[in-house]
Amino acid sequence: MSLFINIEKNFENFSLKINLENDNNILGILGASGCGKSMTLKCIAGIEKPDKGKIILDDEILFDSQKKINLPPQKRKVGYLFQNYALFPNMTVKQNILCGLHDEKNIKLKEKIFSDTIELLNLTELINHKPHELSGGQAQRTALARILVNRPKILMLDEPFSALDSHLRLKLQMKIKNLLKNYGRGVILVTHDRNEAYRMCNYIAAMDDGKILTLKDTHEFFANPESVPAAILSGCKNIAQAEKISDYKIYVPEWNITLSTKIKVKDNIKAVGIRAHHFSKDIKKNRNKITFIREMEEPFEYVIEFRFAEQSKESEPVWLRLSKDKKPENFSEELGVEEENILLLY
Amino acid sequence: MDFYPLYNSLRIAAISSVIVFFAGIAAAYYSSRLPKLVKGFLDVVLTLPLVLPPTVCGYFLIVIFGLKRPLGKFLAHFGIKFVMTWYGGIIAAAVVAFPLMYRTARGAFESFDMNLAYSAQTLGLSDTYIFWRIMMPACRQGIIAGAVLSFARALGEYGATSMLIGYTPGRTATISTTVYQLWRTNDEAGAFLWVMINLAISAVVLLLVNMLEEGRRKNHEPFYKH
Repeated sequence: MSLFINIEKNFENFSLKINLENDNNILGILGASGCGKSMTLKCIAGIEKPDKGKIILDDEILFDSQKKINLPPQKRKVGYLFQNYALFPNMTVKQNILCGLHDEKNIKLKEKIFSDTIELLNLTELINHKPHELSGGQAQRTALARILVNRPKILMLDEPFSALDSHLRLKLQMKIKNLLKNYGRGVILVTHDRNEAYRMCNYIAAMDDGKILTLKDTHEFFANPESVPAAILSGCKNIAQAEKISDYKIYVPEWNITLSTKIKVKDNIKAVGIRAHHFSKDIKKNRNKITFIREMEEPFEYVIEFRFAEQSKESEPVWLRLSKDKKPENFSEELGVEEENILLLY
Repeated sequence: MDFYPLYNSLRIAAISSVIVFFAGIAAAYYSSRLPKLVKGFLDVVLTLPLVLPPTVCGYFLIVIFGLKRPLGKFLAHFGIKFVMTWYGGIIAAAVVAFPLMYRTARGAFESFDMNLAYSAQTLGLSDTYIFWRIMMPACRQGIIAGAVLSFARALGEYGATSMLIGYTPGRTATISTTVYQLWRTNDEAGAFLWVMINLAISAVVLLLVNMLEEGRRKNHEPFYKH
């Protein structure tokens, strides 16, 4: 099972250029709202038509502008879970799910798939309810059941948890993650939430302004996002312009410090990123004098703003996160960062 | 008492609103898929009868269907005459009532969540199924309200009707043309009776519309409980 996309679509003040491949992985498309994530899914599903390019799913051409192939959504066998779940309001849970089984002629098989799926998703008690009687989580499970019984070649989930409140979200992410792993086919999950992407996906495609910046293994993505927009998407709070000094040394003009790195610095380096929780008074590498500005308390952490000693008073302060048990009486005057935690951004 | 005007008005209104029902829905559905410019132009043309005086609509109808005009002459070969016949009233009522159906249906379609249609498509459901079994039920209230309104408008039609089919007792007379005739000939009691009949029908129709509006408000409550 594999998906190949290479498409372009132009709008008045925005253009989408997507080049992606995915095998049986759970691939997350991580991007800010309006960057074209949902449009990409709509192009794969056949709801929107790209201007040019190719979309191939399991050796079947879904779209090819040169060969003038454009399969209608009905023939693409693509499962699409919408952000608002799009349950048909006039039908019960059962009728909704049976919509996904409408072309199964074998009555016995149809009944088996139906009862297996409602059991898997815990919907047995709810089959006679109408959508407006369901909670957000129940609606999500119903929509997922309706897609699973249709046995699509690929599952696409568009911000699947954004309509749920936060404590329910975590529980459902756990369950659905398990379900997707056992499903064994390709999954594309679109989200603007890096935590969700990290929890749910094996691979992450960072997307910005209609383009895919990087496509990497999830751990690798967070360890080395490679570009400034990707670093922002990965949650890096401290980003500043940087210059190369030598193969393993950079200078940061805004902070007025030099940093040594573990990875070799390339000539075209643009910026450096340091995550807020990577600063520590106990680290011996890359130590610099700092001045404390102010702090803000969070439930389990402190967020602290500081500037490096030689940093201009007009420039943006730097952020540091400390878990509560690690907060010292007096704020230390020097902080260090491990060399492998210096993110080189190009 | 001669109840022909009631019978005639009801059949004209009934038949014309059936025509308007389908034509209005079709126009609303297809115009939403047209390019912006064409849609804007079509929208003006289709809504025009709503703002024009009905007599002006009647004038256009006579110009089109008059027995000395090409189309009127052509239709007369087959024995179809829309001038001075009861079924000409269907045309007049339909033209005047059409924008009400078109506008309300369009409003209902525009507030329809297209994600419902898209998700149905990705599940492999045919476009015909989606239209009749998902879109129409979701837009039901708006469409019924439009149908009731256009029926009421067709029933009350006077201007275009009197221009196109005139007033012939027992042949083309409708409630509204009868009220005018009776009042003009000083039969105030007769006019009053028909006014009351008309009032009763209109009141029932408006009551229906109100009940539907109420139902629609209920359906617009948030979709999922949290």
